[in-house]
Amino acid sequence: MSMNEFKPKIVAFCCNWCSYAGADLAGTNRLNYPADVKIIRVPCSCRVNPMFILRAFQRGADGVILCGCHPGDCHYTTGNYYARRRMTMLFSMLDYLGIEKERTRVEWVSAAEGAKFAAVMNDFVKTVTELGENKRLEDLRCKK
Amino acid sequence: MQEVMKKRAKELLASGEVTRVIGWKKNEFDYDITPAVFETAEAIDRDFVYDDFCGPNLSKFTFQHQKNDTKTLVFLKPCDTYSMTQMVTEHRVNRDALYIIGIPCFGKIDIEKIKADGMTGILSVTSEGADVKVHTLYGDKTYVKIDVMAERCLACKSKYHTIYDELIGEEGEVMETDRFDQVKELEAMTPDQRFEFWRGELSRCIRCNACRNACPACTCESCVFDNPESGIAQKAAADSFEENMFHIIRAFHVAGRCTDCGECSRVCPQHIPLHLLNRKFISDINGYYGEYQAGEEVGQRAPLVNFTKEDVEPDVVAKGGK
Repeated sequence: MSMNEFKPKIVAFCCNWCSYAGADLAGTNRLNYPADVKIIRVPCSCRVNPMFILRAFQRGADGVILCGCHPGDCHYTTGNYYARRRMTMLFSMLDYLGIEKERTRVEWVSAAEGAKFAAVMNDFVKTVTELGENKRLEDLRCKK
Repeated sequence: MQEVMKKRAKELLASGEVTRVIGWKKNEFDYDITPAVFETAEAIDRDFVYDDFCGPNLSKFTFQHQKNDTKTLVFLKPCDTYSMTQMVTEHRVNRDALYIIGIPCFGKIDIEKIKADGMTGILSVTSEGADVKVHTLYGDKTYVKIDVMAERCLACKSKYHTIYDELIGEEGEVMETDRFDQVKELEAMTPDQRFEFWRGELSRCIRCNACRNACPACTCESCVFDNPESGIAQKAAADSFEENMFHIIRAFHVAGRCTDCGECSRVCPQHIPLHLLNRKFISDINGYYGEYQAGEEVGQRAPLVNFTKEDVEPDVVAKGGK
């Protein structure tokens, strides 16, 4: 592996009740997914404020993914329905400002879907690696 | 119109029905109009004005200057009433302490368009019907009103008042508009072109926060942009990230509640077309969750605090939209 090979920084917001447990299951099943993914545990996908996602980009993330319970399965009954609307709006706005739409993603991963979690992360890291560094939404002071 | 309004305001003050009047007042220049509170008939006689420069939306001013113990009279243009209805829905103003008079609006003039035409040393501007007469140190010129009207008025969405206690003049109707045309044009560009376009616009931002301060939907008492922890609380945007982030978040915080009154673009000293961000949210909401106009009636539920089980998935954006 060359020193210059681009390794993306990926931030994954995972809901405590489904996706975080899904990530755990992927681990206990010894499924591989890239170490570039940094998981941040949130109580619910609905906890994720659009600013969290922008802040992740500000601090140097190349891609941000939000994982939550499948719609209808939210631990708090309706949280992910709100998250779904919010993220649709945010992603559409990012696209409108000319920021690559592949850098953001929402996936619904349940606690039983360890294999899906690993597959999603592999795929997302691959997509972002192909896109390269995040140049359009970065804060130069944070990239030291 | 101005005289009828003055007379009615003085009547209501004299009868004790209201103790304060919120209206517009002229500053040094004809086109330099500012919202103001009037408490006496003399002040109204001296300063009160309503003409084609009275662009400021008095709903936000009412929110800032309302008192609970006395009744306040406020004059609202049709598009201002949408903002007011939205604020009443959100319990941001005390409706019982307000006396709202709906007034007609025939489109406001944008002085910048006159100045951009090379007019300097402007002494006075008078507008009568379709004629706008500009009197300057170097001579006079007459414009056709539609040529110098504010952009937001050219795409006027409604002449209908959604909230009032009393109307002066006749009630208008909701209008057909082409206000999403520019949004569609931008959507049709490639991402690179859009990025260039927005960099060109947003990089002019000086972070004066005028768009936030003038916005009738931005009524939080403590704002995320004033929080030193937010990462974008600087007095000036330090780099392109902050410019983008500030404007995305500002527009997002009013998404679903923005009535498209156009105040953000009107007050921007750098002439950034901020309404294009808000209109993008409005057009997305219309496209994904059904037609919605904020401020149409009291008690509406905003689309982003609502959901259906059949909503589209966020990957619709990556797949190419509506």
